[in-house]
Amino acid sequence: MSAMNRRSFIGRSLGATAGLMFGFHIPFAEAQPAQAAAVPDAPEINAWVVVKPDDTIVVRIARSEMGQGTLTGLAQLVVEELDGDWSKVTTEYPSPGRQLARNRVWGSFSTGGSRGVRESHEYVRKGGAAARMMLVQAAAAQWGVPPAECTAAKSVITHTPSGRTLTYGKVADAAGKLKAPAAADIKLKDPKDWKLAGKRLARLDTVDKTAGKQIYGMDFKLPGMLNAAIKDCPVFGGKVKSFDAAAIASKPGVKKVMQVGDSAVAVVADTWWRARSALDALPIEWDKGPNAGMNSKDTAAWIKAGLDAPDAAVGNSNGDAKAALASAHRKIEAVYSYPHQNHATMEVMNATAVWTPERCDVWTPTQNGEAALAATSEAAGLPQSKCDVTKLHLGGGFGRRGATHDWVTQVVKIAKEMPGTPIKLIWTREEDMQHGRYHPVTQCKLTAGLDAKGEVTSLHMRIAGQSILAALFPQNVKDGKDPAVFQGLNPPGPEASFGYTIPNLLIDHAMRNPAVPPGFWRGVNLNQNAIYVECFLDEIAHATKQDPLALRRKLMKDSPKHLAVLNAVAEKAGWSKPPKKGIYRGIAQTMGFGSYVAAVAEVSVSKEGKLKIHRIVAATDPGHAVNPQQIEAQVEGSFVYGLSAALYGEITIKDGAAEQTNFDTYNVLKMDEMPKVETVVMPSGGFWGGVGEPTIAVAAPAVLNAIFAATGKRIRDLPLKNHSLKKA
Amino acid sequence: MKLHVNGQVREFEAEEDTPLLWVIREQLGLTGTKYGCGVAQCGACTVHIDGEPTRSCVRPVSTVTADQKIVTIEGLSLDGNHPVQKAWAALDVPQCGFCQSGMIMAAAALLKQKKNPTDADIDAAMTNICRCGTYNRVRKAIHVIAKGGDVKTAGLDIVEGSKA
Repeated sequence: MSAMNRRSFIGRSLGATAGLMFGFHIPFAEAQPAQAAAVPDAPEINAWVVVKPDDTIVVRIARSEMGQGTLTGLAQLVVEELDGDWSKVTTEYPSPGRQLARNRVWGSFSTGGSRGVRESHEYVRKGGAAARMMLVQAAAAQWGVPPAECTAAKSVITHTPSGRTLTYGKVADAAGKLKAPAAADIKLKDPKDWKLAGKRLARLDTVDKTAGKQIYGMDFKLPGMLNAAIKDCPVFGGKVKSFDAAAIASKPGVKKVMQVGDSAVAVVADTWWRARSALDALPIEWDKGPNAGMNSKDTAAWIKAGLDAPDAAVGNSNGDAKAALASAHRKIEAVYSYPHQNHATMEVMNATAVWTPERCDVWTPTQNGEAALAATSEAAGLPQSKCDVTKLHLGGGFGRRGATHDWVTQVVKIAKEMPGTPIKLIWTREEDMQHGRYHPVTQCKLTAGLDAKGEVTSLHMRIAGQSILAALFPQNVKDGKDPAVFQGLNPPGPEASFGYTIPNLLIDHAMRNPAVPPGFWRGVNLNQNAIYVECFLDEIAHATKQDPLALRRKLMKDSPKHLAVLNAVAEKAGWSKPPKKGIYRGIAQTMGFGSYVAAVAEVSVSKEGKLKIHRIVAATDPGHAVNPQQIEAQVEGSFVYGLSAALYGEITIKDGAAEQTNFDTYNVLKMDEMPKVETVVMPSGGFWGGVGEPTIAVAAPAVLNAIFAATGKRIRDLPLKNHSLKKA
Repeated sequence: MKLHVNGQVREFEAEEDTPLLWVIREQLGLTGTKYGCGVAQCGACTVHIDGEPTRSCVRPVSTVTADQKIVTIEGLSLDGNHPVQKAWAALDVPQCGFCQSGMIMAAAALLKQKKNPTDADIDAAMTNICRCGTYNRVRKAIHVIAKGGDVKTAGLDIVEGSKA
């Protein structure tokens, strides 16, 4: 049976019901674009599992691996249900073109929001379980026995009464031709019976990374490939006025100088260094456009006005906060702010493209292959069925490589000017720093009302500032409300819920969108919201002479899961006993990306104002923990990302452009500042949360609260580098 | 022009001011050494020149002679079995991995210079940037190597694939 016939056989054998249930919906062959159909998939058991004759298991992974370990975690879930031999497991990415041709059989490719495991665990496990059932059925058929008499373990099927065995590789071909089991017949294991999932397994993708063999987007090569460097107008919204291509035409290696879109200029050369050197020497005049006068100070003043603006979208409320505040015995008020930040992935944006009038192919590191394909198609002027994207390994993503694919658009436009020639575009770090999709800028005014006993009876939290959705997914903004702004502040529920019960509560947002493009930045809006809430609670605790942990516990009676992680870090850190002399503690908790997280930080501050973070104790309840050693890695990494942001992270705007251009002006945490991190992974079961992002949000408030304990200085405007911690 | 890289003399053409990094990546085709910043801040481009860890992104190729021995990540060991690489793999140090060639080259140079580095030695020598945040495992891995390579001393209890 040819591969294509085989595929259509599988397509017909799986009913529409099964497809809807767990994403096995494979289109009929006639619906497949001719080009894509000409590239067959390897013989498979189903969309998720291929078993080769030598027993190698290939697990298809739809989400992108960018360091977070999702590739290993998802494979663990599939192979757990497959009862496969883990030592024989490899993985592969299906291409977005195959996904399109097979009617999105692999569900979402989007890799953001810590969704890899938490939103695909069910259908990938069912994929593994269905494949196991088919393999067992094929073996049973070969033996002429009922499948119920057979068991499977570590890729070996055993006919229990006779003791006969067959490995998966021996029956894979037959299994792939069987009708898939009905959705109702696919039973998943109880997590307490897991043998692979839940275990501290080594990652599948480590060894190549230790030998320089892992190919990242930047390392990709094609025969006859040329290299491109690009300069986009540094002023947001600006355009190219003119450039003098003749001035660099004779530079070594230069093949072409061209405008890209209306705002950028690219040089194509034989090597990237020559392209970049020529571009640096190219005289370009910019039309700086309407934002030429924009600067961070004016933007901050404009956003600040939003803190008292009459119009605001309500994200969470109960009781009557305004009335309760008006009659409060005592009021406490504070204003916080959070700056623009760059993702600063270690690997700068890059992509390779080949364009012809008939077809366009792109190779790029992306967090969302389908979005990359859409960007390719649009820039190529070709339907998606005549394009494809090969997902290459990412040198970091953090949200930069998901929602927008501006670099893909650029490379396709460049390749379109040189039909048939492979073009690799690599940004400079300077381009990357000045053309980010930045963490949104916001401010927050918090007003708490206390009764005569000092109990918190009301809280108004007014956020003002930038909306990511308004820029990227405006269809999700309804009546001026961006629901993502309220991450960690939502009403009780399974996602990003506010953990405190306050009788009169109002959390609202006055949108103010400066002309600096925002993006989803690892942790997204949970980051600043947790600072606002957790530092302000610390302010209330100190103002009312209460222990910050005791105050939280009092307000968290209705949020047992939030409370459990808080208690866990308090206990492990030894909160009830005073720290060593000169060491001060801070505590914080939040909930987001489906998980509950908390942290205690221990810091010291020298007389000269030098901060040292000695120890972090962190706790995470992600519901189910698929690979605890990788969760620990994510938690530790989250402190690096969160503390880099808290200590140094700031993109400022002057004359319409980002002032920071490289790591010398955009500092990040390094080894010498990295605290010891003790992680408690405490899955309580019954839900699936993410682990790549939530912990970032507690890094800054735990440390800021500890700094207050050490110095009496309340830092309300990030980053810390702008403040002196020197004793007055 | 000529360079001695990973035990071989390699000939190539490049402008004199081309950074060593780009000659290694483009003219010599060794892409394990990474471009991260181009201004010697991040260390992703770290190679050894006569054993010295060097940020190749700011080193003009014309300042390196053909008798100076350059080692890149590809040349650190024959099969990825240098003690640093083995410890890195056993402790699952890399996340995205992009900075790790530079990290490994910096760690290998440090351990050659100091067999049993203190935390302060590690802080001083390991100034590479990692955005995923692998610093604590980098530190653990260096201590593991200093103690003779027994990964159990790191306390991470990672289960190898073949033993799962």
